[in-house]
Amino acid sequence: MNIVVAIKHIPSIADDLPVKGNNVDFDSVDFVLNEFDEQSIEQAVLVKEAVGGTVTVVGVDMIGELDNALHLALAKGADKAVKITGDDPSADSHQQAKWLAEAIKGMSADMVFAGVQASNDLDGQIGPMIAAYLDMPYIGGVSSVEVAGDSATVNKEFAGGVGAKYSVSLPMVVGVQASVKPPRYAPVSKVRQVTQTATIEKVAPSGEASSGLTMKKMAPPVVTGHAEMIEGSSKDVAKKIVELLKSKGLA
Amino acid sequence: MSNDVLVITEHMDGKFSDVSFEMVGKAKELASALGGQAVAVVVGSGVSSNVFASDSTIHIDDAALSNFNPEAYGKVIEALVKEKSPRLVMFGWTATGMDLAAWLSARLGKPCAAYVKNIGADLTMSCQAYGGKMVADVAPEGDMAIAAVLAGSFPVEAGQGSTAATQIASPVALDGLKTKFVEAIKPAGGDVDITAQTKLVSIGRGIGSKDNVELAEELAQKLGATVSSSRPVVDAGWLPRTRQVGKSGLKVKPKLYLMLGISGAPEHLEGMKSAELIIAVNTDKKAPIFNVAHYGATADLFEVAEAMLELL
Ligand SMILES: Cc1cc2nc3c(=O)[nH]c(=O)nc-3n(C[C@H](O)[C@H](O)[C@H](O)COP(=O)(O)OP(=O)(O)OC[C@H]3O[C@@H](n4cnc5c(N)ncnc54)[C@H](O)[C@@H]3O)c2cc1C
Ligand SMILES: Nc1ncnc2c1ncn2[C@@H]1O[C@H](COP(=O)(O)O)[C@@H](O)[C@H]1O
Repeated sequence: MNIVVAIKHIPSIADDLPVKGNNVDFDSVDFVLNEFDEQSIEQAVLVKEAVGGTVTVVGVDMIGELDNALHLALAKGADKAVKITGDDPSADSHQQAKWLAEAIKGMSADMVFAGVQASNDLDGQIGPMIAAYLDMPYIGGVSSVEVAGDSATVNKEFAGGVGAKYSVSLPMVVGVQASVKPPRYAPVSKVRQVTQTATIEKVAPSGEASSGLTMKKMAPPVVTGHAEMIEGSSKDVAKKIVELLKSKGLA
Repeated sequence: MSNDVLVITEHMDGKFSDVSFEMVGKAKELASALGGQAVAVVVGSGVSSNVFASDSTIHIDDAALSNFNPEAYGKVIEALVKEKSPRLVMFGWTATGMDLAAWLSARLGKPCAAYVKNIGADLTMSCQAYGGKMVADVAPEGDMAIAAVLAGSFPVEAGQGSTAATQIASPVALDGLKTKFVEAIKPAGGDVDITAQTKLVSIGRGIGSKDNVELAEELAQKLGATVSSSRPVVDAGWLPRTRQVGKSGLKVKPKLYLMLGISGAPEHLEGMKSAELIIAVNTDKKAPIFNVAHYGATADLFEVAEAMLELL
């Protein structure tokens, strides 16, 4: 079973997001692994543990900082890491999906895993685009994957606990919302060891595609309303919330 | 090539989702500015399709389409879009639309914007990005664009009507599909129903660990409330799926929604923004939740919860 997992490094949304020109200033933010990719790596590793095979993680190195994410994936159970040396922070989703699809073509993948989305999107998601370029079926919003022979059974979530089970003949692309089990923790010592010993295969970008979107402007939302802020120490805040609740008959 | 706006509607258990009507309403406005028609597209069966205020409605019904199947739906919609060659195709940015919009975009080589909150008459689209902390305005090139629209962006009423649908056969053969619908998955029972509670204490990733959930439970108990959460708390295994509020969770409308350590991502807001009283405690003063909550405090949730416990 050849499993390929596409992973993406994105600006941490826990940070302030300074704007430079018409995009977030990538030089002044921290990059983290997209949260759905952690789920996706875990689900891929679980499938490998169940049926055998190899998990290869692949990413487009947009800003020359992908190695950390690849090392983390290896520490969490992936076997091989590949980076596409895109090195173009302005490459749009279609271009990245094309590069990924071209790189994945050579890997004879039985399954391709992607995160259901990344939070910095405008024209995402890359999972369905890879599926379109590779002419494989795609199902997103997936929260469990089981493989038997040359088909996979996946559960897709709609909302409120309602979902559907699908059976798909492989190869396919899966958009992972959540792994069937919470992602495992990779101890720091393991990550450090991987960082020192692992090799990352480099692939030159190939293929061309464009989103056909021109970014006009990126800015914080114009707020139409704002919470009435309760000032003071945590104790003051607690007191005021309790008073508020009591005044409304809610406590 | 036409100036029509095609809306891919969506339905479940015989009911169209609100976003379908929202899109049809917006499509009417855009189509009249563009000099085209607003066309509602219904794929699948078991639903009465004469419910839109569209200029026309096309209903494609086939046994292979009776349940949502991304491969089958994708093929049908691709064929229809090629035939109609509209100016704009609208999807909901939903569990089903997310499988189709970007796929169609790559198949056709046409631009697609996701998380769309608004669309101008020149088709410039305003999209949420970075979990609601940013808004991007993008302009699509060429003669056709795709918009994947966030639920709750436009009024529902403008799309409601009674246009008689035209039934057509599937424009493509639907045999030999690689994807097969096996069965529906029903929600797990046995837990409290958070949609029926009047007071919720809702925790997010800021709660930090499973052990800390107890603090929220204690606070909830003192308030006569129930604990609910954002998605990451459930994905981490700290609370059962039955407690999740949001797009892929449950929609709640309690009298009190007290939020501890939830950032207010658009997917969470979809599930709770109509709560009567929203109070948010978050250490990040720029957390998007403060644009939605009625009351907010930039404070540590643990300190505030402990202090509240002493006062109750
Ligand atoms: C298709 C799809 C469906 C989704 N469905 C849902 C859904 O149904 N429900 C849902 O919730 N999400 C859903 N999500 C996920 C959503 O995008 C966000 O990732 C999620 O809502 C974030 O949860 P959060 O606010 O708890 O975490 P974060 O965004 O990580 O926010 C944590 C917050 O806690 C604050 N914090 C940290 N420590 C403290 C402290 N000590 N005191 C006070 N504050 C603190 C931080 O400042 C931060 O604002 C979905 C995503 C996708 C792609
Ligand atoms: N540059 C990239 N390199 C590798 N995978 C990516 C990249 N961008 C997106 N992906 C994959 O596509 C998913 C959805 O991302 P997005 O399309 O940006 O919403 C991510 O979770 C990744 O699995």
